[in-house]
Amino acid sequence: MAAAEKQPVTGAGPFNGVLTWIDQRFPLVSSWKDHLAEYYAPKNFNFWYYFGSLALLVLVMQLVTGIFLTMFYKPDAAQAFASVEYIMRDVWGGWIIRYMHSTGASMFFLVVYLHMFRGLLYGSYRKPRELVWIVGMVIFLCLMAEAFFGYLLPWGQMSYWGAQVIVNLFDAIPVVGPTLAVWIRGDYVVSDATLNRFFAFHVIAIPLVLLGLVAAHILALHEVGSNNPDGVEIKKTKDVAGRPLDGIPFHPYYTVKDTLGAVAFLIVFAICVFFVPEMGGYFLEYNNFVPADPLRTPTHIAPLWYFTPYYSILRATTETFMWVLGAGVIGMVALIVLSVRNNFVRMASVAAGAALLVAFYVLEPKVWGVVLMGVAVMVFIPLPWLDRSPVKSIRYKGPLFKIALAVFVIVFVVLGYFGTQPVTDTGTLISQVCTALYFLFFLLMPWYTTLDKCKPEPERVTC
Amino acid sequence: MLMKFAKNLARAAVLVALLTPLAALASAGGAKLQKAPVDLNDLVSLQRGAQVFVNYCLNCHSASYMRYNRLRDLGLSDDQIRNNLIFTGVKVGEPMKVALSTREAGELFNIPTPDISVITRSRSSEAGSGSDWLYSYLRAFYRDSVRPTGWNNLVYENSSMPHILWQFSGQHQVNVQEFDSHHDATAALLQAKSVARVDEISVKGKDGKEVKHWVMKTIQPGSAGTLTPIEYDKLVADLVNYMTYMAEPARLERTQIGIYVLLLLGVLFVFAYLLKQEYWKDIHS
Repeated sequence: MAAAEKQPVTGAGPFNGVLTWIDQRFPLVSSWKDHLAEYYAPKNFNFWYYFGSLALLVLVMQLVTGIFLTMFYKPDAAQAFASVEYIMRDVWGGWIIRYMHSTGASMFFLVVYLHMFRGLLYGSYRKPRELVWIVGMVIFLCLMAEAFFGYLLPWGQMSYWGAQVIVNLFDAIPVVGPTLAVWIRGDYVVSDATLNRFFAFHVIAIPLVLLGLVAAHILALHEVGSNNPDGVEIKKTKDVAGRPLDGIPFHPYYTVKDTLGAVAFLIVFAICVFFVPEMGGYFLEYNNFVPADPLRTPTHIAPLWYFTPYYSILRATTETFMWVLGAGVIGMVALIVLSVRNNFVRMASVAAGAALLVAFYVLEPKVWGVVLMGVAVMVFIPLPWLDRSPVKSIRYKGPLFKIALAVFVIVFVVLGYFGTQPVTDTGTLISQVCTALYFLFFLLMPWYTTLDKCKPEPERVTC
Repeated sequence: MLMKFAKNLARAAVLVALLTPLAALASAGGAKLQKAPVDLNDLVSLQRGAQVFVNYCLNCHSASYMRYNRLRDLGLSDDQIRNNLIFTGVKVGEPMKVALSTREAGELFNIPTPDISVITRSRSSEAGSGSDWLYSYLRAFYRDSVRPTGWNNLVYENSSMPHILWQFSGQHQVNVQEFDSHHDATAALLQAKSVARVDEISVKGKDGKEVKHWVMKTIQPGSAGTLTPIEYDKLVADLVNYMTYMAEPARLERTQIGIYVLLLLGVLFVFAYLLKQEYWKDIHS
């Protein structure tokens, strides 16, 4: 549409002229309508639907506090630790900014985990929202990278040895591993060179990608429309004007509702920042108040709480656990061969299973620990195709899915707990059982969601 | 019905997820720490602690993230700080550095003396806060002829640090009790009124086999110092109080501001709630 043909903006009083001028050169009014005033969201969002907007809030807080921290922080192995203490003491208001950033990191993961759990509850990943889900999972991966790079910056003992442990994982990759690890570090151990590049990744590379992905996540969502606790498509029933009957404009209804959620969240956030910024060693590890010392390895190296479920999976992959993995692969192949009719799929799974078994035998368990940890994060991605249930929402799903999801949540928490603890025989055994259950939740999903006795979905959203 | 149950289950799972990691495990072995009487509002205690700190600790340990003039927080003027607390002639805005070099420290104690600006934060553990650790540590020195310095410590065994405050406390001995069962040792540990620790050892039994025993070590008062035990405890309490302040000078301000922030957010919450109710009236009807 040519600029002059656009209708003048009305209803903005003295700003009508300016807004008309802008709108004729920029999609101002249409963007406002498409994403806020005439974006129809289901009217039955519940508690779980706050965490999307909260994740955006935390992202903005991390960016803003991060910018101020970079003004005073020194990415230099000789000065980094001291510069953080300088921010905490000599920079006016520095301690608030730093605690907001460190608490924000934990809160980001808390909010994102709850946001993902909402997706699991109501089947938000199902058709047509597969891309929303996949982009979301890539955001989660970026967030993990961002947190990992950022954690080295205070240059405390846990920063240093945590980075050392994780980068050393690449050593396990056959043939190229050791070279790759040196390439990542820029040195033979974690050092000043590593700190500098991690700083670059943390403050510019990853945030840039993260912002782009968040935009894509929201654009994709607004293309297909939001899911809701009933899992029914509100676009199926529209009024004469083409508006979904069960939809309400995002603005003002969800802007005011999310404002309420944001204030409630900020209360929790402020309690952490002002009264328990260390959160008993879970937000700021005690040992990280000791400057990094390459010559003294701490007796107990634990990542921050949000990585511990995956860290547990890494540690659970022992020599004995490889037998469990082998049995698991054989079991999966047998299940596929017995229940899938497609001969190509059958043969492919037998071949893949055989290849895996050989690889299990050839490569050491350490490699598989790294692989399993990676797979544990990525395994959420195929969820839209693993879930074969006729309904989306847990409200109408049968008992099998409910039990599976409950077990998965418990397993995730238990893995997280043991990841914070020093290795014990019992702890390892429990972690191994939980690791197996973690993967079974995903791998068996096509079967238990097919067998499950679901209730019929309603035509319209309830309540 | 089942939906409600699943919903409650999900809620409970989230609660568990939030709370489980916070449930600290009781520590399995090592020293039983005593609670440090920290009171950051007690300026007299903090000032005395600062005085003890610069006189006794700052000879070997630096506190290089802390500037002398920050002590204005404790109600002192720059002149008071300069005349009473600075012995090295540095300017009042300088950090608390130490003359002892790393090499000299290595020769004296075998290890470089750590900077102790944030020691009360780094020593925190499941057994207690870093302040508790320090308060117990400074009252747990005993004479041990085996150690190069002639001193050992119950809280931090084979600590390289000698007992700097021994003239005040007097010279104590260690009291060792042996138990056959872990249960008895733990019971004795719980009853101990002062700093105590329990460790597992294996000893040769009558039949020559290794058996597990548990030893509890406590401090046994020896020669008297220039201060009474109660006065000495108070001295250490003041020092620990100061060092708790020094580890995070903004801590008092933080909790004070926090209350205002929460009050403000509380008011904001009421308005946000009313606004939401107002808009959502027509949706719910």
